[in-house]
Amino acid sequence: MRCLKCQNKAIIELQHGPLCENHFVFYFEDKVYKTFKKYQMLAPQDKICVAVSGGKDSQTVLHLIKKYFLKNRWPAENIFALAIDEGISPYRPSTLADLKKFCKKEKIKLTIVSAQKEFGSTLDKALKKLKNAQLRPCHICGVWRRYLLNKYARKLKATKIITGHNLDDEAQATLMNLFKANVNLAAHLGPVSGVQEDTHFVQRIKPLYFCAEKETKLYSLLQKFPVHFQECPYAEEGYRAHIRNFLNDFEQKYAGTKQGIIKSYLHLLPLLKAKAKEKNSRPQACPRCGEAANAGHCKVCQINELLKNEN
Amino acid sequence: MELTVYFEKEQSTKKIKFSGQTVEQLLHFLKINSEIILVTRKNEILTLDEKLKHKDKLEILSVVSGG
Repeated sequence: MRCLKCQNKAIIELQHGPLCENHFVFYFEDKVYKTFKKYQMLAPQDKICVAVSGGKDSQTVLHLIKKYFLKNRWPAENIFALAIDEGISPYRPSTLADLKKFCKKEKIKLTIVSAQKEFGSTLDKALKKLKNAQLRPCHICGVWRRYLLNKYARKLKATKIITGHNLDDEAQATLMNLFKANVNLAAHLGPVSGVQEDTHFVQRIKPLYFCAEKETKLYSLLQKFPVHFQECPYAEEGYRAHIRNFLNDFEQKYAGTKQGIIKSYLHLLPLLKAKAKEKNSRPQACPRCGEAANAGHCKVCQINELLKNEN
Repeated sequence: MELTVYFEKEQSTKKIKFSGQTVEQLLHFLKINSEIILVTRKNEILTLDEKLKHKDKLEILSVVSGG
């Protein structure tokens, strides 16, 4: 198979045709830079918190943000990486080791926040204690991670949180919300998250929004990022895993399915946001920790209360 | 032909006897969805139409993150 641009040997076949290594790297970086511009994701004075796990997506997004800042002669020292160590052994120590190596090489400041220090428990220990509470691992992990990312991004005075969510993640989330009739949650997705500005939250942006997971893997491989394949021991238990497998089967049979979902969703997004704004349900401050809560105590304080009762 | 295939997700290597010719046919034979993997040979990324040779050593890399 030959590259459609230069006839060199192709390494991937995309919907619009095959590309060689050089043209794929250009195509991928250009797509991310165009996403920055189209959604006005970044400004020179921004202080950027990149939410990182150590995997291919977070290393890719960190690398490209820095490259974009340098290209525009913006101050790259305004970029820092923030990782949450939720306490999944041996998975997390291994991804954090890759991340430390990467941040050292890219000269990016890395802050690691530990659930053990913040909440007095790792996720592994919490799951053992809460085995009768019918809480799924991915639920607790997601609640803890979102809470700590937002809290520490604010504390470190970030103006934006950047995440490595890719096209596959977003197509999965869109279907999950549709299947579960979570119309309000659906309004909070998109390349720039959130419905309206709120002092509790730092705005989240997703530069890899239009990049398929396979493309990101290929890019990280070509850039020789230090990413070792690691599997979270709880990953297969989630609802998302079923949606992911279903979507990948569909994509193989009907190429362009994931892009189709995202395109349709983006057409609907203004309506979803307007509908969510009408409700005007601004989050309140949790009476215990002061972080955002929909009603009463926030989800983290509710989980931590359950943990305390199990002690 | 006989191939040596490393599976990243399972972190294991297997010898595979295969009567097809291309990467696409191998994935079909192994019942692996091409959407979720990349195939390499000597660190070179292979497209689905790539012809395989007897005694090739391949790596099947998982695209899906582990978390």
